[in-house]
Amino acid sequence: MLVTKLKDKDTVRSLIAGKAFIINCHGCKEVGFPEKEADEFQKELAAEGKVTGVLTMDYICNPDNIALNLGLRKNEIDEADCVLVFSCGVGVQTVSSQLEDKRVYAACDTYAVPGGQGVTPLEFDCRQCGECYLNLTGGICPLTACSKGLVNGQCGGAKDGKCEVDPDMECGWERIQRRLAMVGRLDALRSPVQIRDYNNEVKAE
Amino acid sequence: MKITDRFSKGEFVVTAEVGPPKGFHVDELVAEAREYLSDIAAVNVTDNQSSVMRLSSLGFCKALKDAGLNPIFQLTCRDRNRMALESDLLAAALFGIDNVLCLTGDHTKLGDHPGAKPVFDLDSVSLLHTVCELEKGRDLGGNELVGEPPVFAKGAVVSPCSDSVDAQLAKMERKVMAGAEFFQTQAVFDPERFISFMEKAKQFNVPVQVGVIIPKNVGMVRYMSQNVAGIVVPDSVIDELRADKEKTKAGITGVEIAARIIRECRPYCQGVHIMALGWEARVPEILRLAGI
Repeated sequence: MLVTKLKDKDTVRSLIAGKAFIINCHGCKEVGFPEKEADEFQKELAAEGKVTGVLTMDYICNPDNIALNLGLRKNEIDEADCVLVFSCGVGVQTVSSQLEDKRVYAACDTYAVPGGQGVTPLEFDCRQCGECYLNLTGGICPLTACSKGLVNGQCGGAKDGKCEVDPDMECGWERIQRRLAMVGRLDALRSPVQIRDYNNEVKAE
Repeated sequence: MKITDRFSKGEFVVTAEVGPPKGFHVDELVAEAREYLSDIAAVNVTDNQSSVMRLSSLGFCKALKDAGLNPIFQLTCRDRNRMALESDLLAAALFGIDNVLCLTGDHTKLGDHPGAKPVFDLDSVSLLHTVCELEKGRDLGGNELVGEPPVFAKGAVVSPCSDSVDAQLAKMERKVMAGAEFFQTQAVFDPERFISFMEKAKQFNVPVQVGVIIPKNVGMVRYMSQNVAGIVVPDSVIDELRADKEKTKAGITGVEIAARIIRECRPYCQGVHIMALGWEARVPEILRLAGI
């Protein structure tokens, strides 16, 4: 079980340079999604002229399903400078992997709640850390893509692009670096020092 | 003595490195360090290097300090959470150890306790930040320290010959922003690669010590080149080690190569960090040959 909560509205606003295409996941039954708050916030953004379109669907973590829907909304996505995803971390990572040259941002933080997990495909993992880093890392989760879960950049352990722990695993931070270069967000590597707040791991309320 | 004071004076700063033993009998190692490493600026003490459990870095730093050497406390984030790191930093200050090298650390899976929990609560960047916070008289929880805050020379590492040099430069910049005052590099065997790295790194305006490992034999450098992150050994070095087997066996070739790397890199950096890996006795000879 997990719940998502909206990030601070101004923080999210600051990510939108011009206009955003919005994706809502009303996903699996196991996820608590802030439907009402998200709807209110999206109306505010629309009133400010910052929205090119809204896609609301179930299970955006289903790659075939989301690919089909993204294809249908291509014009609105092209018109936007970024895609703002209201979902758990798995959903954001799935959208991000489908739109490699687009800035894909998380509008929510994902918290864990004791009990069963949500239905997620195996390809992406969300640690439900309660302080989603995807907006600083090009939509690639540093907690799950880096074997050390580092949040301030690459360690010195990568060899030929592979992780020191597993030669079959690509260095997560090299992936992040490449992705940030693709979407013109290398400035995110100069973010302030990140220190995880483990309090969020148990603070789902 | 803070090693940063040496950089400020414009010295070409020489440091070396010793690894604590797997045990607590240090007399021989301390005697060796006194004999061969007393004339250099400082001596790094590794922290469970390669994730192999040994006597603590802090404990061995204290032993070196008591013997009149100037230790650099290597501190990794693999084995301690933020509270343990902070309290070890305070203990270092208590012992008068005022040089700290902040590292993320190798993963536990690479070492001799592969089932141990890898901590990584902080990383090299946030650890540097933490040292700065302690220096301001408060801990990471925002609580005030009692009495005069500690002061450290804060070091960090970078891999100039890494195949992902852009990511390394980005990380280096982040370390500088977080408070790094000097850098020691992963071992360099190809001065040209180091020099082109320094062209980009000099913008950060922090002293860099080129890392040098004494190449002992062909097998060792081949292994490192293939398996150790950030280490690239050019064929010319391998050929040189292979050319005269007796000379290489006597350690003379390795000493000559190390000295030459230092000479070639010296105009582009502010010091050298020698990782002798058991050949500490050769350090004075290398420095003499390098003209230092």
